[in-house]
Amino acid sequence: MVSMAVTNDTETLVSKVDVGTALMDDHRLDDIVTIGKPLVDNACLSMRNVNVFYGDKQAIFDVNIDVGANEVIAMIGPSGCGKSTFLRSINRMNDTVESCRVSGELLLEGADIYDPAMDVVELRARIGMVFQKPNPFPKSIYDNVAYGPRLHGLASKRAELDEIVETSLVKAGLWAEVKDRLLQPGTGLSGGQQQRLCIARTIAISPEVILMDEPCSALDPIATARIEELIAELSQNYTIAIVTHSMQQAARVSSRTAYFHLGRLVEVNDTEKVFTMPDHALTEAYITGRFG
Amino acid sequence: MSNEAEVKTIDLVRKTLVRRNRAERRFRLYGLASIFFGLACVVVLFTDIISKGHGAFFQSYIELDIHYDAQVLGLDAGYTSADLRAANFEALVKQSLRNKFPDVSGRKEKRDMYRLISPGGAYHLQDRIAENPGLLGSNETLWLLASDDVDTYFKSIDSSEGAFTGKVSEKQQLYVAQLIAEGVIEKQFNRAFFSSGDSREPELAGIGGAAMGSLYTLIITILLSFPIGVSAAIYLEEFAPRNRWTDLIEVNVNNLAAVPSIIFGLLGLAIFINFFGVPRSVPIVGGLVLTLMTLPTIIISSRAAIKSVPPSIREAAMGMGASKVQVVMQHVLPLAMPGMLTGGIIGMAQALGETAPLLMIGMVAFIVDIPGGISDPATVLPVQIFLWSDSPERAFVEKTSAAIMVLLAFLIIMNTAAVLLRKRLETRW
Repeated sequence: MVSMAVTNDTETLVSKVDVGTALMDDHRLDDIVTIGKPLVDNACLSMRNVNVFYGDKQAIFDVNIDVGANEVIAMIGPSGCGKSTFLRSINRMNDTVESCRVSGELLLEGADIYDPAMDVVELRARIGMVFQKPNPFPKSIYDNVAYGPRLHGLASKRAELDEIVETSLVKAGLWAEVKDRLLQPGTGLSGGQQQRLCIARTIAISPEVILMDEPCSALDPIATARIEELIAELSQNYTIAIVTHSMQQAARVSSRTAYFHLGRLVEVNDTEKVFTMPDHALTEAYITGRFG
Repeated sequence: MSNEAEVKTIDLVRKTLVRRNRAERRFRLYGLASIFFGLACVVVLFTDIISKGHGAFFQSYIELDIHYDAQVLGLDAGYTSADLRAANFEALVKQSLRNKFPDVSGRKEKRDMYRLISPGGAYHLQDRIAENPGLLGSNETLWLLASDDVDTYFKSIDSSEGAFTGKVSEKQQLYVAQLIAEGVIEKQFNRAFFSSGDSREPELAGIGGAAMGSLYTLIITILLSFPIGVSAAIYLEEFAPRNRWTDLIEVNVNNLAAVPSIIFGLLGLAIFINFFGVPRSVPIVGGLVLTLMTLPTIIISSRAAIKSVPPSIREAAMGMGASKVQVVMQHVLPLAMPGMLTGGIIGMAQALGETAPLLMIGMVAFIVDIPGGISDPATVLPVQIFLWSDSPERAFVEKTSAAIMVLLAFLIIMNTAAVLLRKRLETRW
């Protein structure tokens, strides 16, 4: 299904470009080399020559990028450009897609993520993920947050667990709203609250990295603003990679921005630079709304 | 666009609107009509069965004065308990009847008179003496079971279609008239219908044995088919790779669901009885065959239930670092359980009503004893209905309908349970 989406987008994009600007004359797609500063010194995640395939279809081409410790990096790009696919290969969520194949080197603090010896359970305890649609378990708010700690045996006593749940909810900015109804179902909360509950659930196991896949695309502007504030607070303790469709959001929350185009990483630069003086013509075309 | 054109457009829309609304009403009417037709059929079925079968819940009894006379029983002075069991209790009944109708003489008349009372009457006296040997020599007034012919005649005596005489002779009709006049014949609730096994005598036959047989068979079926079916569904949905083999399995599972059930009976006969040597006519082999038959139903409904669990829940759990088994056990299974249970209960209801495969494995035998376990010869409710519907005695007609009523009641209870369970366990997300 994903590969289908990629195909369709390629067609529409190419035709758009043919009719519109002559961008493609200057930049042959298979020629793209990432420009800007994709690599950093204090890398928490470093990815080299990453290729992702769905069956015969290649979705990601030779991506090289680092994510620094305690950094918020935003990944933007038109629909079907592969940013979500790339994000999901960082915590191996793509393992469940049978036809999906990842090659290249992905390192978390120097450890190979795709090493057969790497336990995917451990990996996902270190790299948490927040999804596009809020997906709390159909359980109580308490059980939702306590799920991870219970799963990984982080608390031996009830009191410890209570404390983890409270701290996580406080960090996610949800404690004040739900402290009186911890035993009510998490699915009964509003959309924004549910997403913050999912964030609380993720940080309850203290991951090093949090991946966010368009976390606000199903939320209203007020709920979005709360999540964005939250991301800013969380960046003090966590490394965050966020995929977003909203360029304003990328501009507000991230320190660096990566622009993906048809499976290729076109440009990575400081967010301010990307949105004011992008180096690459494709980036400029995207942020000025010529396609996307 | 000019104003005129706009008016025209809306007129066109209105014109089609009338037609569309009419089509909609017509369509709703079709739906209602088919529902009413279905309901009417159900009502006809139920009225027919209930009107035929309600009589079986009552049975005619005749009140007689019994004198437990050792001499009539054929007991000597130093009788043992074995003698007591073998004593001629029929003679006691006959003597009471002779006392009741002192004018009857002649062999034929006497034989007609004796036939008023069922053989069950003598068994009843035997039971009383076995319980309390001190009764010997005393007098007692007892309600004894009337024979099936008398019972049918007595039940039909007030019916609008006129009394059904059948094998009841004119003399016997006179005797019954006399009994009615004296008020010593009446219909009593037929407890034996629920507690006793099959019998050649309709007035003694009951569904107790068949119901126990059905119970044991269903226990075997549910214990085998639910775990196997659910495990197969979980494996196929969650763990199996998608390739030609799993496609083949899927096609075959769907195919098996449509295979005529008698084929499963033949399979059971060939494999379980002939190859593995499981005894025939017992609930074990019945349960095994019905397991084969219900497995596809359970697998298909369980797979549908698993499929309906939103993938976001799986992703959430996996993103938290749950292993595949944990995702399935902690999230998928609880959310899919209502659907699985519904499928299971519907499968069980199907198994409860199944006759054909059981004919093949010998559960169609005439079995008087109530089975005491899964390895005792037994029959099941639908097969009992089949057997009774084949019997020539008129009195079995109402027994057949009554057994159908009991079977329907069980089916309704099970299907209601399925609906309630689903409502109760359903989690909304």
